[in-house]
Amino acid sequence: MQRRTLMKAALTAAALTAFQGSAAFAENPVLKVGFVGVTSGPAAAWGISNQRSMEARAAWINETGGYTIGDTTYDIEIVSFDDQKDPKRAIAGMEKMAQEGIHYVVGPNVDDGAAAVRPVAESNGIMYFPYAFPKSLYQAPASNAVLGMVANYQSGPAIYKYLMKEKGVKTVAFIAANESDPLSQRDGGVAAAEALGLEVVSSNVTYQVDTTDFTPVLTPIMRTQPDLLVLSGVSPANAPQLIRSARELGFEGVISTETAQDAGVLAEGAGDLANGFISVGGASTPELASPMMNEFVDRYTKMFGEYNDESNTKVYALEYILETLKADPSAIDNVDAFKAKMDTFEAPNPYMNGDAKLRYVGMSSFGQRRQVAVPLVVNVYQDGAFETLFVAEVD
Amino acid sequence: MEQILANGVYLGSQYAMIALGLTLIFALMNVLNFAHGQMYVIGGFVTYTFYGQWGVPFVLALFMSCVTLAILGALIEKFLFAPVIKGSAREESTMLLAAGIAFLLDALILIIFGEKQRGVPKIVDGVFNYDFRLIMPYDRILICGLAILSIVAFIGLMQYTKTGRALRALAQDRTAAQLMGVNVDRYSMIGFALGAMLAGLVGGLLVTITGVNLGMGGPTSIKAFMMVMIGGAGVISGAIWGGIILGFMEAIGLAVLSQYGDITYLLIFISLMIFLAIRPQGLMGKPWG
Repeated sequence: MQRRTLMKAALTAAALTAFQGSAAFAENPVLKVGFVGVTSGPAAAWGISNQRSMEARAAWINETGGYTIGDTTYDIEIVSFDDQKDPKRAIAGMEKMAQEGIHYVVGPNVDDGAAAVRPVAESNGIMYFPYAFPKSLYQAPASNAVLGMVANYQSGPAIYKYLMKEKGVKTVAFIAANESDPLSQRDGGVAAAEALGLEVVSSNVTYQVDTTDFTPVLTPIMRTQPDLLVLSGVSPANAPQLIRSARELGFEGVISTETAQDAGVLAEGAGDLANGFISVGGASTPELASPMMNEFVDRYTKMFGEYNDESNTKVYALEYILETLKADPSAIDNVDAFKAKMDTFEAPNPYMNGDAKLRYVGMSSFGQRRQVAVPLVVNVYQDGAFETLFVAEVD
Repeated sequence: MEQILANGVYLGSQYAMIALGLTLIFALMNVLNFAHGQMYVIGGFVTYTFYGQWGVPFVLALFMSCVTLAILGALIEKFLFAPVIKGSAREESTMLLAAGIAFLLDALILIIFGEKQRGVPKIVDGVFNYDFRLIMPYDRILICGLAILSIVAFIGLMQYTKTGRALRALAQDRTAAQLMGVNVDRYSMIGFALGAMLAGLVGGLLVTITGVNLGMGGPTSIKAFMMVMIGGAGVISGAIWGGIILGFMEAIGLAVLSQYGDITYLLIFISLMIFLAIRPQGLMGKPWG
């Protein structure tokens, strides 16, 4: 009897706590923003940095009273779905967002998932912000996808040009995982390198996504002795191992990638061997990061225990969605209004020092504004941290 | 050619160690442990935490990986597999349980250790370079040697100790072993703990070379199953041969076929299918004894 009473008391306490929690959350009406991406398996770091960036920013907004759009102040709720990097799951995730009445979704993280969700998004009035590069997603007649980062065909040529001029790079080799995203990025990189006059000495070597030891994979490339080794579409999990193996095999040239990386992961996995490694980041270095960016990093770190440098880029998608809705409150349940607003939208970039702007770009790559203007920051890793190599703008 | 052979020996030794624990558990309990890869990953993370984060000497960190996984394996066997095996004669019950444990461990790894790739400082610096014909970092040579030593020690344990004899008796005939006075419940738990410990040991060894992340578990299990199928399920020597064969096939394929893209594993899978169609019991054929 006493045990039953104790259980009842515990259940009541739990119910009251839950009620209090929801009551506190329900002070403002809730604006739901979705995330469909990969948060499990080998590529989990990509999606988790997305999801946590959104959750950290949403918690910050809610803690400071909510986000005002038009006459209404909203609490922001992030609705997440792990697509496990499976296009079928990505479709299920986007359908779930539609069932919940969500019109703005961040993700998916990869090409095939982003392509798979397009019909669901377009038929249910959902704008989505993938981290996938195929141009067909962003070119008319497609109109609901907005590229959430800088594509490799935009950053690659800028990096190659810089290395040709500053480091005298003449030959290049590419290596990619045997997956759609890295392979398409490799093909884009090869085309860009050839167009710039670089000699591509190796581009056929690929590796299994689950490879853990890259020495056998890299050995044939090392024989070609390239000036530049490009790790096309490399995941943060594989980058340090590839760098380490290449250096241990005696490679002394430049190593670069067009994906975002994490300095801590590079430091642990490759140590000083990663010095000189070139990658793409957001407002990632001290000279670029604004006080708001620094506070975001602090809050993220407090919330999840450790920051992920990939979030320097991934912090932007939610900000773009909210700022655009603020610019035209009627877009909150009308994506046509959102699309119309994208052509003229402009707001200060709160995460970068200086007068950088949030705006939609992509006219030269896609023929319409279907890309967020994330700064093209090219970093070089040195002794445990990234240093800015150069900053450029897309479009 | 020297490089291919060296890569083959290195890959083969680490693969053999991964397969050993899996085949031991299968031999003792007829359980396909789908969570073996996740146990390997936990072993890597434990060594990472002790050695990489807290600065504990590598050997002690490796010991902690072994102890942690042995305890985890014993608990899983006692509280999960043993009741299910006693309560259900259907093999798929343990398979589903193993799959469930794999998902559970994946979720726990994500919560406890996070989503990032982790790595530890090199245990030995420097690279052996023989005229650019054979390049092998010293830490790989050391890990390869330690893996081979561990395999020899494991075989010695199975052959020459009372526990090893009891485990072999259990694998040969569970009922007969029980009739001869072997405490089946106790040795099943010891065997499972030993299998899990081997996963932890190889995870701890390889974190110094490959690092570790939460996504490595599933693919590691798949590779381990391939090695066990090549060598013969439940056969210790088969697992070793399976690992060595897979390691050499991978090393040769990656060197010779690299210009054709990533077809090495495609050919390995095709070869495996043809091989199993001809010899479904694998190289060694039947449970060891």
